[in-house]
Amino acid sequence: MSAAISCQQVTKVFGDARNRVTALENVTLEVAQGEFVTLVGASGCGKSTLLRSIAGLDAHTQGGIQAGGRPVRGPGADRAMVFQSYSLYPWLSVMGNIKFPRQLAVHTRDCTTADVEVASGRADALLQLMGLESVAEAYPAQLSGGMQQRVAIARALMTRPGILLMDEPFGALDAQTREVMHDLILHVCALEGCTVLFVTHDVEEAIYLGRRVVLMAPRPGRIDSVYEVPLPGQRSQEMKHSAEFLRLKSRIIERIRSTSGMRTDLELLQKLSRRAAGSEVQPSA
Amino acid sequence: MSNVTAYRPRTATSPQSLTQSRAGTAEAHSDEPPPVDAVAARSSGIWRIRGLLAPHTYWTLAGVGLVVPLGLWMLLSALGSVNRVFLPGPYDVLNRFYSWLTEDDLLADVGISCFRVIAGWALSSVVALPLGLLIGTYRVIQALLEPLTDFIRYMPAVAFIPLVMLWVGIDEGAKVAIIFIGTFFQMVLMVAEDVRRVPMAQIEAAQTLGASRCEVIEKVIIPSAKPALLDTLRITMGWAWTYLVVAELVAANSGLGYAIIKAQRFLQTDKIFAGIILIGAIGLALDQVFRLAHRLAFPYLYVRS
Repeated sequence: MSAAISCQQVTKVFGDARNRVTALENVTLEVAQGEFVTLVGASGCGKSTLLRSIAGLDAHTQGGIQAGGRPVRGPGADRAMVFQSYSLYPWLSVMGNIKFPRQLAVHTRDCTTADVEVASGRADALLQLMGLESVAEAYPAQLSGGMQQRVAIARALMTRPGILLMDEPFGALDAQTREVMHDLILHVCALEGCTVLFVTHDVEEAIYLGRRVVLMAPRPGRIDSVYEVPLPGQRSQEMKHSAEFLRLKSRIIERIRSTSGMRTDLELLQKLSRRAAGSEVQPSA
Repeated sequence: MSNVTAYRPRTATSPQSLTQSRAGTAEAHSDEPPPVDAVAARSSGIWRIRGLLAPHTYWTLAGVGLVVPLGLWMLLSALGSVNRVFLPGPYDVLNRFYSWLTEDDLLADVGISCFRVIAGWALSSVVALPLGLLIGTYRVIQALLEPLTDFIRYMPAVAFIPLVMLWVGIDEGAKVAIIFIGTFFQMVLMVAEDVRRVPMAQIEAAQTLGASRCEVIEKVIIPSAKPALLDTLRITMGWAWTYLVVAELVAANSGLGYAIIKAQRFLQTDKIFAGIILIGAIGLALDQVFRLAHRLAFPYLYVRS
């Protein structure tokens, strides 16, 4: 098996018999080793649910999920996750947060002194890679949102997980910081060679980061379509203005609109504005 | 002082990083000075919702809040319009303090009362902290114990006095038991709530890093809830003091509560005043000790960026 993540016919149903919500229906997805795949879709399409199922944080109802060839039965250190926010430990310094995994038995069980030294070197390297050396001893509350997410990413990478799952990690950041983070995460993931599944509602972000963009649709949550991104592997900010980038972006946005019921909202708005215009004309006529 | 400086909630973010990061990865902060002055001037009224107050203003107001009632009290007693039995003057109360201290062994009363309150509260904490941790962590235990606790906590502690006398006797144990009953059931629920407030993302982050169930509790839930737990201990300590008089109804022959009850029999209003004020002062002092401990134990909540 070459796929790092493999979901076969995954279905997840919430609620009881009377109040049934199908969060995921027959989702089949394979992510190759080292691939960067982004998941987009309107809210309620199940993209976060799928990610959390792969992480092992939520149980799915039917179907199979495999990570690194092994079935997922719960959260594990092979699949690190980066959350939108609030996941850092405020009582630990930046360095303390990055080294947090070293406090856990899974990572220290059969440790030699040499391993400990390697781990400490790893923490230093990540600190440097993420541009955090100057704030190593600061507390998370002293950092900007972008810095905090860098710490969260560094902590997730600390134990060299094969798979990195990211749930709208830049959703709370401002647009400029987000651009910087995009280039940083692409650089870091290429360097580390990890497989990434990245959830976002921002189509531009999805195209810029992903080799493939998976579009999900709501009610029931399912995979609607998959787009190969026609950009070279090495991304740069100018590509966002290229014709193929913009074409793909408008195609995906159009598709999200038509799958999410947003189209009916738009039609309703048009109808209302027409009626408003009509009523303005009538009295004078 | 902790009221004045901004108490940072656990997830607060600040827009400025501590120091400049390297050029290549620098944050996209704008270097322009924000147009603060105009905005601040407009909204710097003291009635701004959750607005900040300069420390000296805070302490001035706190002083006014204490001095004005005291002044009114002095004025009222100086005018002599109110019978001293109903409202003894500040000097009467001060005199009573002095005679209590020199003739009636005030310090022994303070000591035994402090012992009873702190023992009852500590006993309650020893049981409530682990129990609340379990209730806040596992739904099964919550379902098993929380409705029961909710039920018992509405029962008046005073009404337990006859039962406590029957079960525990009339020694020190009985007084401690009353304070325990008055404090424990509230404390358990507050501890459970503190534990439930630990952000799920903190717990799930640890799980995806490979933490076992015990490790999540030991290395995430407990450290994350600690500041809130210390606040809960501080608040319940206050409640424990309010049960002191009730507790010393049980066959006591010493203590501040007992002194108040005895003064009631002899209509010594000034002694009742002295006892009440003393309990308030001890409570206030303990509260400040807890606040200081909070600042020392959790420096990360008070850092400024």
